[in-house]
Amino acid sequence: MSCNIEENYDVVVIGAGHAGCEAALACARLGLETIIFTVSVDSIAMMPCNPNVGGTSKGHLVRELDALGGEMAKNIDRTFIQSKMLNTSKGPAVHSLRAQADKKNYSQSMRNVMENTDKLTIRQAEVAELIVNDNVVCGVKTVSGAVYHAKSVVICTGTYLKARCIYGDVSNYTGPNGLQSANYLTQSLIDNGIEVYRFKTGTPARADKRSIDFSKMEEQKGDEKVIPFSFSTDPESVQKEQVSCWLTYTNEKTHDIIRANIDRSPLYSGKIHGIGPRYCPSIEDKVMRFKDKERHQVFIEPEGKYTNEMYLGGMSSSLPEDVQYAMYRTVPGLENVKIVRNAYAIEYDCINPLQLNATLEFKKIKGLFAAGQFNGSSGYEEAAAQGIVAGINAAMSVLGKEMIIIDRSQGYVGVLIDDLVTKGTNEPYRMMTSRAEYRLILRQDNADLRLTEIGHRVGLVSDERYEQVLNKQKLIVSEISRLSQIKVGAGKEVSDFLARHGSEPLHTGCSLAELIRRPEIMYEDTVELDPERPEVSYDVAEQININIKYEGYIKRQLSQINQFKKLENKKLDKDFDYTKVKGLRVEAMQKLNNTKPLSIGQASRISGVSPADISVLLVYLNLK
Amino acid sequence: MRSDTIAAIATAMGNSGINIIRISGPSAISIAEKIFVSKKNKKISELKSHSMVFGTIMDGDTPVDEVLLSVMRAPNTYTTEDIVEINAHGGNLVTREILELILKNGAVIANPGEFTQRAFLGGRMDLSQAEAVIDLINAKNKYATKSAVSHLKGNISDKIKELRELILDNTAFIETVIDDPEHMSFDGYDEKLIGDLDVLEKDLKKLIDSYDNGKIINEGVDTVIIGKPNAGKSSFLNALLGEERAIVTDIEGTTRDTLVEHLSLDGITLKVTDTAGIRETSDIIEKMGIDKAKEAAKNADLILYLVDSTKKLDDNDKLILNMLKEFENKVIVLINKIDVSNPEDVRDELKSLKCNYPLVNISAIGGIGIDEFSKKVHNMFFNGEINFNDEIYISNERQKNCLQNALNSLYLVRQSISLNMPEDMYTVDLIDAYTELGNVIGESLEDDLADRIFSKFCVGK
Repeated sequence: MSCNIEENYDVVVIGAGHAGCEAALACARLGLETIIFTVSVDSIAMMPCNPNVGGTSKGHLVRELDALGGEMAKNIDRTFIQSKMLNTSKGPAVHSLRAQADKKNYSQSMRNVMENTDKLTIRQAEVAELIVNDNVVCGVKTVSGAVYHAKSVVICTGTYLKARCIYGDVSNYTGPNGLQSANYLTQSLIDNGIEVYRFKTGTPARADKRSIDFSKMEEQKGDEKVIPFSFSTDPESVQKEQVSCWLTYTNEKTHDIIRANIDRSPLYSGKIHGIGPRYCPSIEDKVMRFKDKERHQVFIEPEGKYTNEMYLGGMSSSLPEDVQYAMYRTVPGLENVKIVRNAYAIEYDCINPLQLNATLEFKKIKGLFAAGQFNGSSGYEEAAAQGIVAGINAAMSVLGKEMIIIDRSQGYVGVLIDDLVTKGTNEPYRMMTSRAEYRLILRQDNADLRLTEIGHRVGLVSDERYEQVLNKQKLIVSEISRLSQIKVGAGKEVSDFLARHGSEPLHTGCSLAELIRRPEIMYEDTVELDPERPEVSYDVAEQININIKYEGYIKRQLSQINQFKKLENKKLDKDFDYTKVKGLRVEAMQKLNNTKPLSIGQASRISGVSPADISVLLVYLNLK
Repeated sequence: MRSDTIAAIATAMGNSGINIIRISGPSAISIAEKIFVSKKNKKISELKSHSMVFGTIMDGDTPVDEVLLSVMRAPNTYTTEDIVEINAHGGNLVTREILELILKNGAVIANPGEFTQRAFLGGRMDLSQAEAVIDLINAKNKYATKSAVSHLKGNISDKIKELRELILDNTAFIETVIDDPEHMSFDGYDEKLIGDLDVLEKDLKKLIDSYDNGKIINEGVDTVIIGKPNAGKSSFLNALLGEERAIVTDIEGTTRDTLVEHLSLDGITLKVTDTAGIRETSDIIEKMGIDKAKEAAKNADLILYLVDSTKKLDDNDKLILNMLKEFENKVIVLINKIDVSNPEDVRDELKSLKCNYPLVNISAIGGIGIDEFSKKVHNMFFNGEINFNDEIYISNERQKNCLQNALNSLYLVRQSISLNMPEDMYTVDLIDAYTELGNVIGESLEDDLADRIFSKFCVGK
C-alpha cells in the first residue's frame, strides 16, 4: 500500500504502553521532535493485567526510573488508591513499595501528560514496516503507506505483535482486552534479520464486586503513612483515603477441579506454543508444580475507584469458561462470584534480546532501539524502566552524545538490561530481588542518590532537583560523621533512655552512632541525647539509620562491587575473534562470538561461559 | 593459538649428565630440523609423533653435541602444541650453546611458566592443576610429590566444590524465600543454616590445619637442635646423614646465618636451620644466649634437645629445660652416648625435673636409636601415619589465605544470625565465602588470579 504522506521526526516510538510512554516522554523532553504510534489512543499506558505498580524489586525499578527523570512514579502518585511498603519485617534492601492504581485514572493521567508535552505527537496508526538503509534505521511506514522519517526508532510493541488471546477452545486474534493486534511488523523485523521469539503470558478473571462475600476474606489495608514513589512528590499530597484489598485462598477442591480439567487447558493440550513466565505462573501451573501446597493465595484487588470490577490476583488461567467458574467458586468468598471478564492467556511475538547492546540499541541496526515486553520481559515496571533507557539513548544517538549504560552495581535497571542482553531469556523475564547481586546498595530508598546524577547529565533532571539530591547526600554524610563524634556517657540520663527502649545499659561511654547501631535504637529516638541535632527530613533520617546499622555489610558489599568494577573495566574489543583462543571450550567460543561482550565482566555472565574460560581469556589477553 | 615458538632448558642446571632443552610451538619441528642431523638420515618432519631419534646437533658444519631428540606432535602434548625435546649430553656449556642455536633459528626464549601457561591456554589443565604443577616441581620428598599429584588430579577441587555447593544451596534458598514469600518461609531456617555452618567451618578448619602438615610435607619440618657443648650434635647430624639419609638440598642462602640442611627422615624432610652453625661450633645457648635460642625455638616445628648421658645434668640443662616449657608439644629429648653409659640415670634425673617430653635413647656415634627417633617424629607430625589416599592437604599459602577468608566470612554469617539480622543480609557474607573458595580452585573471577599463579613458575616449566 502506498500514499503520499511523508513526515519528518527525530524519533519514532512504536507503541504507547509503559515502555513507549517513557521513551517518548524522554525524547520529547530532551527537545527532540517525537511521534508515538498506538493502535488505540484510548489505551495509552493501559494496565491490561494487575491493577498495581511496584512490588518486590519492581518498586525499586519505579524509583530508579523516577531518579532518571521518568514519569511512572509521578503518575502512580497521582492515581493510586492504596499504597503499602512491603517486607518491612525484613532488611532494608528488600523493602518494596507497591501501590494499587485506579487503572482508568492511571491511563488517563499519563495520556494527559503526554498530550501536554511539547514536541510530542500522538498518532493512532499501526506501523507495518521499518525503513532501514545500510543497517541504519531511517523511519517507519504505517499500514496505510504513510512514511515517517526519523533518525531513531524505538520499538515498544508489548504484547501486540501477532497477538492471540486464548481460553479453553476460544482463541481470538486480538491484543489484550480485545484491542486490535499488530500483524505486519513481525515480518518486517524478520526481513531485517531480527530473530523473533513467541512468548505467552496471562491474566486472571475480573469479577463483580457485588458478587463477592468479603466477610470470608482477610482485609488488606494500605499503610497509615504513605510514602510516595516519586522523590519529587510532596509526601503530604499522598496522605489520602485508601481502598482495601482482600486476601483469600484456594483449597483442595479448587485444585481437584483444575487437575480434573487440566487436559482442557490450552497450555497443557499444546494449543499454546509460546513460552510462559515461571515466576508469574497461572493457577494451573502452580497447582501442577507445587503439588504439596494445600492452598495458594488469592488477592482480590479493586480495578479502580469508580468500577465494580475486582481483579482476582494469583489465579490467572487459560482454562475454559466453565472450568473458570467452577474453580473460582470453590474459593471462600467467591462462592457466588460473577465474572465480568474471563481469564485468558495471550501469545505474542517478541525478540531474542541478545541482539541488543546494553544501550538497548540493536547491534546490527544503527538507530533502532527496543524496550519492554518486546524485549522478552514481563511487567509494567520492567517495561517502563527499559523504556526510559531506550528513550534516553535514542535521543543521545540523534544528538550525537554518549549513550548511557547503567551497570549492575548502579541499579536494578542495570541488572534487568544486562540480564536481557547478556544472558538472554527463554521466558518472559521478571525482575526479582535475587537477580541483583548488590541489592544492599541498590535499595529503593537510595535510588535518588544513585541515579539522579545520570538523569541530570542527560538533561531529564533539572539543576534544582539535582542540587537537592547533592545537598541531601552532603547532609547524610555530615550527620553520620557528627554522630560518630558525639560521645555519650554511662550516666543516669543515658541509662534511663536505654532502659526505656529496652536496651542494655552502657558500661563505658560510646558514640551516638554506636548507640544507633543497636537494632532497638533509632536515630530519631536519640534526639533527646543530642541537643545539637539539626532538623532533617524523614528520608534523610532513614539513610542515617540504614548506613549506621548496616555499616559493615554495606562496606563488604562495596568491596564486592569494587571487584565487579575491575572486571567491567577490562574492556574487550567488540570485533575480537574468539576462535583464536584455543583453550576456550567450543560452547564458550561460540557464545562469546555471538554476544561479543564489551568487557571481561560481561563475558563472565554469558551462560555457557565458565570461570575457567574467563581465566583462559584473561591469560590470553595479558600475553598479547 | 600463538604464532611464536618458545624454547628453554627444562632441567635444573647442575652437574647432571643430561640436560633437556624443550621447544614448543608451530615451528618447533622445522627449527629442530635446521640444526639436527640424524644418524640414519631420518627427517624429523617425517617422524611419528612421540618417537625418538639419535643424531648430532650441528652449527652449520660444526658438530655441537650428540643428542637424543624426541618429537611430540600437537595436540597430544604437554602444551598442546608441537614439541621437540633434545637430550643433550655435553654439560652446561654445550646445552647453552644448543639453546642459542635454537633461538637463532627462530624460537624465542620461554618466560617462566610459559610451557604450563600454554598447556593451560590449550585447555589441558585448569588453574588449580597448573598450580599443582608448581607444587610438584618444588616437591622435596615423596609425600610432597604425592600431595601435588593429588592436587593435580583434582582431589582438592572436589572437596572445595562440595563445600561451595553447600553454600550455594543456602544462598539459593534465601533468595527463593525473598522472591516467593507465598510458597516459602524462613521458619526454622536459622537452625538449619547453623547446622550447615558447623559442617562448613569444621571442614574448612581441617583444610586450613592441613596447611601446616602440607607445609611440612612440602618444605620440611623446621628443626632446631639444642644442647650443651659436646652433647654430640654434630655426630648426631652426621648419623642422620650417614645412614644413606642424604642431604636433599644444600645451601639456600649464601650467608652463614641462614645455612639450612634438608634431611630426609623416612619420607619426612627435616629442615635443620643451623642458625649458628651448630655442626661445627659450640652450643646454641652459649653462642646466642638463651633469648636467641628461645626465638629459634619459637619459630621451629620441632626442637631436639640433646643430652649427654655420660654427665650429670647441670644448671645449663635446667636453664634449657625451663625455656622448653613454653614449647611442650614440639620437643623431643635425645639421650645420647648410650653406648658408653647407662641412660637410666639421666632419665631419672630428667623425670625428677618434671621433664615429660618423649625421650629417645640414641648413640649418634654407634648409629643406635635413629629408627626410634624417626618413629617419634612421624608420630608427632602425622599421628604415625601419612596417608595421602584419603587426606587432602593444602600446601600453598595462597590457598590457605583463601580458605581463611572464607572461614572468616562464615563467622560473619554466624554473627549475623546471633545479632538477629534479617535473613537477606546473610547472603553478603555467604557470597564472599563462596567467592573465596572459588579462588582456591580458580573458579571465581579475580582479575589477577591467573597472573599470580603463573608468576611463581620458573623457566623451562
